Amino acid sequence: MSVDTATVAKIASLARIKVTEADLTAMVPELNGILAWVEQLGEVDVTGVEPMTAVIPNTQRLRDDVVNADPLTGGDIRDAVLANAPAPEHGFFGVPKVIE
Amino acid sequence: MTQLTDLGIAAIRDGVAKGDFTATEVATAFNAAVAAAQPALNAFIVTTPEKALEAAAKVDADRAAGKALGTMAGVPIGMKDLFATHGTQTTAASKILEGFKPQYESTVSQKLWDAGAGMLGKLNLDQFAMGSSNETSAFGNVISPWRRPNDTAPLAPGGSSGGSSSAVAARIAPAATGTDTGGSIRQPAAFTGISGIKPTYGRCSRWGVVAFASSLDQAGPMARDVTDCAIMLEAMAGFDPKDSTSLNLSVPEWTAGLNADMKGKKVGIPREYRLDGMDADVAKSWDDGIAWLKDAGAEIVEISLPHTKYALPTYYIIAPAEASSNLARYDGVRYGLRDLPDGAGLQDMYAATRAAGFGPEVKRRIMIGTYVLSAGFYDAYYTQAQKVRTLIARDFTEAFQQVDVILVPTAPSSAFALGEKSADPLEMYLNDVFSVPASLAGLPAMSVPAGLDRNGLPLGLQVIGKAFDEQGVLNASLALEQRAQFSARPAKWW
Repeated sequence: MSVDTATVAKIASLARIKVTEADLTAMVPELNGILAWVEQLGEVDVTGVEPMTAVIPNTQRLRDDVVNADPLTGGDIRDAVLANAPAPEHGFFGVPKVIE
Repeated sequence: MTQLTDLGIAAIRDGVAKGDFTATEVATAFNAAVAAAQPALNAFIVTTPEKALEAAAKVDADRAAGKALGTMAGVPIGMKDLFATHGTQTTAASKILEGFKPQYESTVSQKLWDAGAGMLGKLNLDQFAMGSSNETSAFGNVISPWRRPNDTAPLAPGGSSGGSSSAVAARIAPAATGTDTGGSIRQPAAFTGISGIKPTYGRCSRWGVVAFASSLDQAGPMARDVTDCAIMLEAMAGFDPKDSTSLNLSVPEWTAGLNADMKGKKVGIPREYRLDGMDADVAKSWDDGIAWLKDAGAEIVEISLPHTKYALPTYYIIAPAEASSNLARYDGVRYGLRDLPDGAGLQDMYAATRAAGFGPEVKRRIMIGTYVLSAGFYDAYYTQAQKVRTLIARDFTEAFQQVDVILVPTAPSSAFALGEKSADPLEMYLNDVFSVPASLAGLPAMSVPAGLDRNGLPLGLQVIGKAFDEQGVLNASLALEQRAQFSARPAKWW
């Protein structure tokens, strides 16, 4: 399967990356080169093979059901959470208006 | 007297403990070496001489007070700039994180500080660890301290842990952290004549490590020799409840268990790694490695890993897919760069921020990942790749019923010059051909220097082991190290 300019524009939109017309033109052959190369996987017989979900078998754990069991990942750290925000406002993350 | 900057982890730690020199003297010497090399090598994104001195002062005070010292006490190290460090800028070498100062410390770096190590600075890398030459960093290329004879062309230190490899090889850091998603510890170690081990997936916590491909990312040490790697890996590894894929196993005493006697051990040589047109020097170093392990008492067994040729294309579906998902978090809202064009709405802000903040290789991988996960293509690409990944892992499981470890080259060539491969993404990807299979299977794998090629540049040999058997990997690597007698180092030109 190969991609054209319209498909690449659609992928960029899904990925939320703004691209110029010139970027799009350059990306089409690059992505097609990579996609043509990975398509060799289609020749592998995978009948009856399960897709890998965990490379090393491990069980999913639940943390203790305790508030702020780990202070690093617990709550009540608003200032630390906002410390790197580009536009914090009134103790929240500031964003452009989303509702007209 | 030997210069302090010529010493590795064990020698520094033991010298500090004995009182041959102080930790402060060591930190001062390395800080000076870092400052002198930085303009030429660009191995660091930020340097933190004050942090190195602060940690050293604590070690010296503890020693004076008769307190027990940690296993890395007095050793100043470089920290790859993918590990979150509290209050010190952490960028993953991307403009999108420029100025980001984490409010927390990664588990792995915290463990190293707890063991008595200090921080020389944050090491440069390929942007978001995506690259094999350190040419995708937003903070400039890292230059290898190695050069071809009578040639000043700058060479790649490998990637993505290129700042780590350059710094350790140049003797401006005795050791450094690395991370390995498809070979990012092993390939740069091979390019620069140092050692590095990627442990079993889950040994080192990923908490606080900027995510690239979560099912593959593993941290590990890069140092001058196998013993130093064992010491540092012991300090880095261990169960962490904050990482859901962390292995709930105690950390073995790898250093105490080091043993280069390979009697009774079987070493597998996979025929699929013997590629057509393989570099003659790489092929010879592999043969040397086979002879060295035989000399150490091992039995050599030819094995087959039939799906090897599919490992790279599998990796270049799975890793971008996971990356496209992981990097969705960079949206200009919570941290990092925000690009808000005049009159832009929220969606425009996301797209403008990501366009301005991500480098070309990162965008390329996000686009590939988005495509292979998109409706209509998911099964053909992503599910198929995950099935082939099962087959690649199964190849290793079957091989390890016959052998204890596997010996292969680390990379298909020695270091190339900057710019030599950066024009074609596919050509760059092929650099990981020998390192990616072990990553896809989550196995421990180590690169050790094997010798120099015809250009006087280092070549690495790679030992791949069974899951959880870092000891077997370290031991075989030690047997290689003792016989390779690798003592070459780059001539100081910086």
